[in-house]
Amino acid sequence: MRQREAKVAEATTRAKRKNPILRTPLPTLPPGARSRVALGLTAAAARGALELQVCRDCAAVQYPPREVCRDCLSSRLLWRPHNGEGELVAETVLHAAQELYFRERLPWRIGVVRLDDGANLVVYVHESVRGTPCRIRVEAALDRAGEAVLLAVPPHGSTDLSADPKLREMTCDPRRRKILVTDGKSAIGQAVVRALADAGAEMIWVGEAEPWKKIAGSAKLREVPQATVVPLDVTDSASVRELAGEIGGKVDILVNTADCHRTSAIGARGALNAAQLEMDVNYFGLLRLAKEFAPLLKARAADGPANAIAWVNVLSIFALSNYPPHGTYSASKAAALSLSQALRGDLYAAGVRLINLFPGPVDDEWDQLELPPKLSPNALANALVAALRGSMEDVYPGEVAQDWLARHRENAKALERELSEGNR
Amino acid sequence: MARGGYGDVVLAAPVTVPYVRYSIRGAHWFLGRALAQLLAAAKIPKQRVDGLAVASFTLAPDTAVGLTQHLGLTLRWLDNIPMGGASAVVSIRRAARAVQNGDAEIVACIGGDTNHTDSFRRNTSAFSQFAQDAVYPYGSGGPNTSFALLTSYYMRTYGARRANFGKLCIAQRNNALKNPLALFKKPLTLDQYLNARLVAEPLRLFDCVMPCAGAEGFLVMRETTARDLGLPFARLLAAIERHNAFPDDPIQFRGGWAMDRDELFAQAALKPADINFVEVYDDYPVINVLQFEDLGFCGKGEGPDFIRANTFETDGTFPCNTSGGQLSAGQAGAAGGHLGAVEAIRQLTGQTLGAPVANARYGLVSGFGMINYDRGICSGAVVLAAD
Repeated sequence: MRQREAKVAEATTRAKRKNPILRTPLPTLPPGARSRVALGLTAAAARGALELQVCRDCAAVQYPPREVCRDCLSSRLLWRPHNGEGELVAETVLHAAQELYFRERLPWRIGVVRLDDGANLVVYVHESVRGTPCRIRVEAALDRAGEAVLLAVPPHGSTDLSADPKLREMTCDPRRRKILVTDGKSAIGQAVVRALADAGAEMIWVGEAEPWKKIAGSAKLREVPQATVVPLDVTDSASVRELAGEIGGKVDILVNTADCHRTSAIGARGALNAAQLEMDVNYFGLLRLAKEFAPLLKARAADGPANAIAWVNVLSIFALSNYPPHGTYSASKAAALSLSQALRGDLYAAGVRLINLFPGPVDDEWDQLELPPKLSPNALANALVAALRGSMEDVYPGEVAQDWLARHRENAKALERELSEGNR
Repeated sequence: MARGGYGDVVLAAPVTVPYVRYSIRGAHWFLGRALAQLLAAAKIPKQRVDGLAVASFTLAPDTAVGLTQHLGLTLRWLDNIPMGGASAVVSIRRAARAVQNGDAEIVACIGGDTNHTDSFRRNTSAFSQFAQDAVYPYGSGGPNTSFALLTSYYMRTYGARRANFGKLCIAQRNNALKNPLALFKKPLTLDQYLNARLVAEPLRLFDCVMPCAGAEGFLVMRETTARDLGLPFARLLAAIERHNAFPDDPIQFRGGWAMDRDELFAQAALKPADINFVEVYDDYPVINVLQFEDLGFCGKGEGPDFIRANTFETDGTFPCNTSGGQLSAGQAGAAGGHLGAVEAIRQLTGQTLGAPVANARYGLVSGFGMINYDRGICSGAVVLAAD
């Protein structure tokens, strides 16, 4: 017990204190109302993609989103990836806004883009775009209400959204933020801690269940200067509640790496036991974390430049469609995915983003029998940091995840059959 | 087939329900006052009005239909004109054909809105599906954003300066100072204009209309009816309207008038130089310039020179927005789309509240409305003549 208190005390001193007299501002949001058809833009932006409607009959590109082609009146409008290339035709810097969210963050740089294939877009303009008219590229991002918005960025190379103080709002940049990684004992958890440290996190609390069990790498973790190991067992409500009481009011980003994976087909000996263990960590663990930490994150969603901003779950591509050799695990991740949707809606009410990662098989002991390509824990951790720095909420890192996603999007029933027939 | 003329259609009884910055009343109150003032001006009982055209943004959940029962009107002709700044021009076109062909005898055209402290935000946030989905989430600037973008494009492309727009705003203010109903009562200097608070670059405070509450109205009838009632009237010579003109332009640098102005002047049997004064839609000064150009008073891009060459005041050259326009009288929602028509009728019938334009024989009223996404969709114009 004394050891626990010492750890928590150390963590608390290291977190910067703020002036307790100042009131923590309440979160405000950009307007979230969208027509159903406009949510097609959000669906693509959630994956980090720009898609616009294209007429299947006359190929005209459409914007704003609509029900019927503006040229030939066809109703067969398909969402298709778009390169976003065009010209910034005019721009303004807005110094007056009607909604509180924008008013609190004035001014905003806004422009009109003419895409090369003819559509006109109202966009945010990145600070690094110089002069009008000029060539630009349009990207999609998610605003703090979780809805898609379009951004004009320089035409070549990748653009750091965080470099623009306004467009940083579209990201969950881990730099200078205080982060809880719920399990640091796994290879993934340890890779995530290192990647977040490299990305400039101010401090990282690393949860450790059953500290008497020494695990490879946990000593090395203690060398990461920002990291502080704290006791956390997501299967124990009291443990989650205690940690939330101690550090919950300081956490800006929660990364849930807690994972239980027992490679069990549903007919295997011990399948029920495996399923219960997996559900207790993967599903109930998430529920316990949500109950204790979500209200605290929401309360600090507007707390200055280092506000509470994101919740990340490491799920599995098996959550999309059950992979029978990992039948119980797939089911627990599907349950967690469903729960995360409810949690996402709750968190967005305060502007806190929930990001789900759907990795394919990872190069660890539980996916031992899976054939390559497999995702290294470092690659997964890098994808996680990139998602925080960018502007998306669903991440499918690696070739297998991308392959399964494509198959799922094209024909979910076909994927179910393929997996049940053993075709991975 | 050539369009038929408007024959003996006339406009009479211009009325204004005085504007206020904010009101605790509903739109029904302002529209009801407008109708009462119309009846008083024409000295007719309510039963004589058998047609009604209504424009309002704040009448919801009602439309013109609900208003008939609210105001106790029994009508044989009714139109709801949700076209904002183009609403009066469109109402005139509709009502003219109705009275010309006997579908109605006296049509009341009214436009008006209330303005509560939060109504402007609520109206702009759900103005249209495209605005809600693809403009409002970008800073919630409302029309300020859209007009800032097209003003900056116009300035860059045609070399206009802020001082050019300033001259228009100051001239309108000078006209407004003689209009007792204008909300702005103090002169505007170029220095004040140029150094006012930034709203959306390059727009500053005095480039932007001030939303308020109020209503405007007039009656459309045949000349014989007006004579029987002893009402001074203006004749309708010509009218055009156009919606979603030039959809492929990358940004709005011209409006539908450019498509239809030849027809307008041909129908009126006049040239632009014959017009004695204009009432153009003016929520931001750049749109005045587009109307000068697209209606043929000067060429495209010649706006800056045209501004230098004229005074726009009632006693000067090219009198424009002779009651002060919306920029100096206030923008009472859809009443803003009627203010120019009402002032033109006043000028042509010798009933001005402010300064008359000497020997005003022909007036042009132009409308522009509804920034549905990135540009104004509705445009139109009418030419009116003194009796």
